[in-house]
Order: sequence, then structure tokens, then C-alpha cells
Amino acid sequence: MSALNIRHVDKTFGSTQVLKDISLSIDSGEFLILVGPSGCGKSTLMNAIAGLEPVTSGEIQIGGEDVTWHTPAERDIAMVFQSYALYPSMNVRQNIAFGLEMRKMPKAQREEAVARVAELLQITPLLDRKPSQLSGGQRQRVAMGRALAREPQIYLFDEPLSNLDAKLRVEMRTEIKKLHQRLGTTIVYVTHDQIEAMTLADRIAVMRDGEILQLGTPDEVYNDPVDMFVAGFMGSPSMNFIPVTLVSGGDGYVLRVLDGDDPTGAPLELPWPAERDAQALQARVGERLILGLRPEHFVEDETRMETSFDGTRLEVMATVVEPTGADILLQATLGETEATMRLGPKSRVAAGERVALRVDMSRAVLFEATSQRRVA
Amino acid sequence: MANMVRRRSTSARLWRFGLYALLIVAALVYLLPLVVMILTSLKPLEEIRAGALLSLPSTISFEAWIKAWSTACTGMRCNGMSGYFLNSIAIVVPAVAISTFVGALNGYALTKWRFRGANLCFALLLFGCFVPFQVVLMPMARTLGWLGMASSTTGLVLVHVVYGIAFTTLFFRNYYVSVPDEMIAAAKLDGAGFWRIFWRILLPVSGPIITVSVIWQFTQIWNDFLFGVSFAGFDSQPVTVALNNLVNTSTGVKEYNVDMAAALIAALPTLVVYVLAGKYFVRGLTAGSVKG
Repeated sequence: MSALNIRHVDKTFGSTQVLKDISLSIDSGEFLILVGPSGCGKSTLMNAIAGLEPVTSGEIQIGGEDVTWHTPAERDIAMVFQSYALYPSMNVRQNIAFGLEMRKMPKAQREEAVARVAELLQITPLLDRKPSQLSGGQRQRVAMGRALAREPQIYLFDEPLSNLDAKLRVEMRTEIKKLHQRLGTTIVYVTHDQIEAMTLADRIAVMRDGEILQLGTPDEVYNDPVDMFVAGFMGSPSMNFIPVTLVSGGDGYVLRVLDGDDPTGAPLELPWPAERDAQALQARVGERLILGLRPEHFVEDETRMETSFDGTRLEVMATVVEPTGADILLQATLGETEATMRLGPKSRVAAGERVALRVDMSRAVLFEATSQRRVA
Repeated sequence: MANMVRRRSTSARLWRFGLYALLIVAALVYLLPLVVMILTSLKPLEEIRAGALLSLPSTISFEAWIKAWSTACTGMRCNGMSGYFLNSIAIVVPAVAISTFVGALNGYALTKWRFRGANLCFALLLFGCFVPFQVVLMPMARTLGWLGMASSTTGLVLVHVVYGIAFTTLFFRNYYVSVPDEMIAAAKLDGAGFWRIFWRILLPVSGPIITVSVIWQFTQIWNDFLFGVSFAGFDSQPVTVALNNLVNTSTGVKEYNVDMAAALIAALPTLVVYVLAGKYFVRGLTAGSVKG
């Protein structure tokens, strides 16, 4: 049974439509992440699920029950806020127990629940402190403890890690993942950080302008994006978009990179793999398309033997070389675009040199130039 | 060059000296009336008649204070200021408490339970801060008569509460605007309602602004003369009205020492409040966001 079911939800503020016909449903125990740039409506959708903002039309069901017009308290949910939203006048113990007290849980049970989550989150020594005496990471834990103590059907996380510094953010991310695996809770999680989305989610909903563009597993969203926005938003460094013309070659299709020159002077051409479905391409011969290649789809020709990687060979001019330690990011011109390529740490490429690469066309994606929709 | 010790030049030192001298003189001028009042209230009448306004009393006598407190004549009665002092307390305490509480409630509703027209509502309330006392005298008199509260302490409390709500609402609204909405949302999700959130979440963090509201209202209401003289009954006149009557009573000799003592008695509570709680007033006015 689905834990949360959203059907055709619309939300308008005055004349602006912030949620446009949103429908999605998640199963019990699932970790759903709403991701998108700021202003895409993800926080509004979360507030609608929480009941903090009424929807204009549509229906929201939690655990099979229609809760569209229920107050936040009547919905069986708990929320972790970006600012933690701890009650400053209460100590940690009272903060965690407040929701239980409001729900008239007897004192003994309340204390038991507080002890349980404090143990789980390793905040037992902090129970008698005030929020102002806690560090950012500790406040974050208390905020999660407050949600966990209630044992609701659904947990809502509204950008819970964005106020933490980079190191702590990674730690807490792992911790949230562990908690989810251990407790099997149903979580809806809002973030603008695509790495958080990729690492945590069972499924990701990529949103823009009040619409869900794509709803799928991290793998689907990353490797099989529906359009250029999703493709560009997920992944860092982001996908390279290279304008190409589709040409019909002898035994298949070829993508001719616009303004791209081989050192020999011949136009730069990348063959469309024969094993891939080419039906959609038939009608588009001669059309201008956008080729999407992720930085890791390139490998340096010299090292390809180590990685048993085979692909189309091409030569590019390196403009900037950025070593990150784990690997090297290479900026190079590919036709009229500056593309980023992720090379192995052993690469000896220097800026201003020509470098031979192999590109894995089997994972390439093609978009229509005007609508930015996926073609193949 | 922050780590270099610089010697002040002679002209800079002179300048500084002049500055302090000027400030000290200004402070003395400002304090002089109070000094004269205190000195005069401690002198016997003969010494005052001798004329030296600023001379220290030859013998310190509290007789004028005792007389002002218990036997001085205010109009027809000669019971001193004591009764009126208690009248003032009976007016100030409930009026301050009620107006502060209602202001807190208004501020809470205007910021955290925003309703259609909340801004207009607040604008109209703000308008109340600029209505001069004189304008409302006649309508208020009619209203009090109609309510059956004319010439009573209850009536005066009502007038001060109504007049004070505009200010207290302004204080609390501006304070609560900086309390994060997420905190209220969290409490709603935890299952708390309007009143629970007010009592358990918001009021406990309102200390600084409650102090401001109480000090402000206390001084305003204690020092009020116009409402007191207009709406108080014979038995409920506040201390300010009594002071006026005492000073203006024209029988016999003019007892300056008693007048001064009475004036000091009337001013004492607000003076004490400022000395004890003045710093909290400034702190409260500048206090902003509640750190979680």
C-alpha cells in the first residue's frame, strides 16, 4: 500500500501557479527526494504534504486516508526543518518530548521514547542542555530526534543539511541513510543538492517551475534523463551538451560536431552505436541535435587498456587542467563548446596540448535542440 | 596600523578635555532642577524663605516628606498623597498587565496566524499610536458613561488598556516577526494549537519585549494626568492629579518643601523603574531574532 499518494495537486499564489498538477505516490519504507533549483516548488509541495499550506485543488492521501483538509497535527507526519526550529526555551529532552506530550502520551512512555531516540542518535549526554548550547550538528540530531520520537507514518526533511559545513554534511548524510536502512521509515526529503539526492534516494523527483519533470531511481534520472534540464541538473561536473548534426553514414548514423575539426582537417564525427535503437533518428537526418556526454564518458586513449574501455577515438585541445586529487578534470574544446572530461589521476595532460581520448558513445544521449526533449 | 601605539598630540588632548568639560556642564544643568527639588524638600520653610535656592540645608528634615505623604491638603481633603499613590497603583498594575498581554496576543496573531487583512489591521492599530489624548476625551467620556464605568478605577484601567494596546501590539509584532515561522510550524506539527504555542513556545522567549512593554506602559500610565483628571472619580484620582491639587491649593502659606516632596513622591516609581530596568529597556528594544 502506498504511504503517500498525491493526486493532481495544484497550488496557486495569486496569479502564479507554483504547483502544476503534481501526482506521485510512494510506498511504505521508500526514500523519495524532491530536487530542483530554488523556486521550483519543492518546498511548497513539502509544505502541502505537511498541511502547512493548503492546496488549491487535488488530493493528498496518507496511509490510504484522505488528509487534504486535515491540520498538520491530524496528519501522521513529522518534519525536520532547515533551521532545525528547536524550541529555544526548552532543553533537548523537552524538545523531543513536546510532540508526545501534545499527543497526551503518559509521562513514563514519553521518557522511554526520549531515551530510545537519544540512544539512537547518540545525544544522551545532551538531554539537559538548551538548544543555544548546542553546535549545528548537535541541533540537527535533536531535530531528527524530535521527529523520530513520534514514530509517524511519514518523515519530511526540508533541506536538513544545508546549514551544516561541508564535512558535517557528508557525515550526517551517511547517518540519515543508515537510519533509513535501520528503521525502514518512509521519508520525503527536499534538497537542491543533487549529490544528496543521488546518494540517499530510492527515487528522485526532479522538479522545475512547479512540475515534476522526471520521477525515477537515481540510476534512471542520471543515466536516462528525459530532457536537458534533468541531464544538466544531475551530476557534477554537469553533462556536456555538444551541438551536432545528424548525418546518415554508410551503415548507420553519424553525429557531426558543429565547427569541430579533426587535426587532419576532416570534420569531427562520432558514430551512433549500431547496437542502440536508431528508430527515432530516422526522421531526423540532417537536423541539428544536442549530444549529451557526461565527463566520465571520456577516457584517455593511453590508459584505456587498464580500464578495458573501448570507444570512439577523438583528439581534442586541452585548455584547462584541474586536478582534484581523486581524478583530473580536463577542459577542452569540442567543436564550439567547452567540454569537461574526467580523466584518471595518472594522466599527464598539460594545458595547451592535444590529447587523444576515447568516448563511450553507448552511454551518450541525444536531445532535440529547440524543445530540449530527449530524442535517443 | 592598528598595532602601533600612537601618542595623542597636545591639541587632541585639549580637544578631548573640552569635550568632557562640555558634557559635564550639560549633565549638571540637566540635573540641577532635581537637585533643587531634593534640597528644597529637605529644608524647613524658614530656610527656603531666606532665599538661597542652591545652598545645602542647615538641618536635614523629613517633615515635608511626611506631611506630603500623610497630611497635606489636596483641595478639600487633608490626607496627603498616600491614598492617591495607592489609587495610581490600583490603576497601573492591571492596566499594564492587561495591555501587555493583549499586545502579545495581537502581535502573535498578526505575525504567526496571518489572516486576510492582517496588514490592514496592523496599520489601523498603528494609527492608534498617533491619536492625541485630547481627541478621544469626549467620545471616551460618553463610552465610559454608557458602560457604567464613569468615575471609577475600572473605567480608567479600560481607557489606559485601550490606549496602550496600539503601542504594545507594535512592540510585540515587531519582536515576533523575527521569531522563525518554522518554529511555529514545528509546534503545529507536534500537535500544539493556538494557545499552546503562545504559552509554551512564544511567551517563554518574549522576556526582553515584555520588559520593554511593561516599562513603557508603566511610565505612560503612571505619568498620565489628562485621563486621570478627566475620568477619575473623587475616590480614584491618580497621584498626578493629587499633586496638581496639592500644589494649587491656595489656602495659607505656600509650602515649597511640601510641594517638592510631593512631586518627588509622584515621580519616584518611574524613576526607580528606569534605574533598575533601564538597561533591559534598551536591550529589549534592540533584541531581535531568537536564536534556536
